[in-house]
Amino acid sequence: MILSTLIWISLVVGMTFNALGVIGILRFPDVYTRLHADTKATTFGSIFTSLAVVLYAGGEFLKDPEGQYETLALHTILAVVVLAFTNATSAHAIARAAHKRGHKPARAVCDRLEETAP
Amino acid sequence: MTRWIFTVLVMVALMLLAMVRLLKGPTSADRVVALDAINTLVVAAMIVLAVVFRQFIFVDVAIIYALLAFVGTLYIAKYLGGEL
Amino acid sequence: MLSFIVTALFSGAVYLLLTAGSGSVLRFWSSQELLVALLVAIVVGFVARTYFASARRRAAANPFRWLQAVAYVVGPFFAEMAKANLDVAYRVITGRIRPGIVRVQTGMETDMGTLLMANSITLTPGTLTVNVDEESNDLFVHMINVPAGMETRETVAVRDLFALFDCPRWVRRIAE
Repeated sequence: MILSTLIWISLVVGMTFNALGVIGILRFPDVYTRLHADTKATTFGSIFTSLAVVLYAGGEFLKDPEGQYETLALHTILAVVVLAFTNATSAHAIARAAHKRGHKPARAVCDRLEETAP
Repeated sequence: MTRWIFTVLVMVALMLLAMVRLLKGPTSADRVVALDAINTLVVAAMIVLAVVFRQFIFVDVAIIYALLAFVGTLYIAKYLGGEL
Repeated sequence: MLSFIVTALFSGAVYLLLTAGSGSVLRFWSSQELLVALLVAIVVGFVARTYFASARRRAAANPFRWLQAVAYVVGPFFAEMAKANLDVAYRVITGRIRPGIVRVQTGMETDMGTLLMANSITLTPGTLTVNVDEESNDLFVHMINVPAGMETRETVAVRDLFALFDCPRWVRRIAE
């Protein structure tokens, strides 16, 4: 019962943050601010939906230790680690490429990178 | 079981929403950002689908998908930055 | 030789993690998978030893640092990340932003330290690494909400970007 409630909470939190990330992509004015919404919110949301899967696997494992549920939990954790690391790095790559292409940050109060560029 | 299917449906709806930015995006960098978000959502949805269908191999597919999408995003970023 | 051992151990561990649940040796694995894990560890360790761990950086082989990395990720890093998401949620809903790119002095000396620092910055409050100055390892960070007064400063100390914990000190302990 408690486990079921925890799974529900994780799923709802995950869906909320995923939705906020996507709304942020639609709402923000330029590529850098959109990257903020994308990397942070969708990574965090995916961590929570995966946490729900891990909790579910733990609960089922206690009921039926032969059901391969430890595989599900371990692989889900591995997938989340991969996701968090690759998301941060690809956000970095996109931001760098956008700046090299000459996209100015919209409504920026300062841009130190522009000043140092050759 | 319904809650997992509901989650997957919400994520598919979010992917469609992100596709609005993918189609509209004024610059190509915006489109890559939307694609990156869709990739993350696909990975998360695949992990949930593994529970829905009780096919735990889906999680392995999700790991490989995440890694390949990462390589793809890096190449697109390199191309956009004019380094390729 | 040390880099070979580290790489082999790491790849073998990842392979065993991926195949957990295949049999009953040591509760999780089948004997075939253990044999293949050994082969994979030797081959990958031989091929990738120069990319994965260079012989000059012996510190990476210290298991105590790996434990610290795990503690860092589940502790301070996760707390900062939760705060970052509440912050982004607030900005998505209200649309109140004040973006800008600042130059951040990290004080990291190794590539690994800079990488960890950049990834930590990207996933924590209102900041996104845009570029790295290769000579001084300074980072150019896009902030979604530049605090008043920060835009006039030439460089910013990395500690000012984190609100709750001293993340730079953790990163330095793990990777320097």
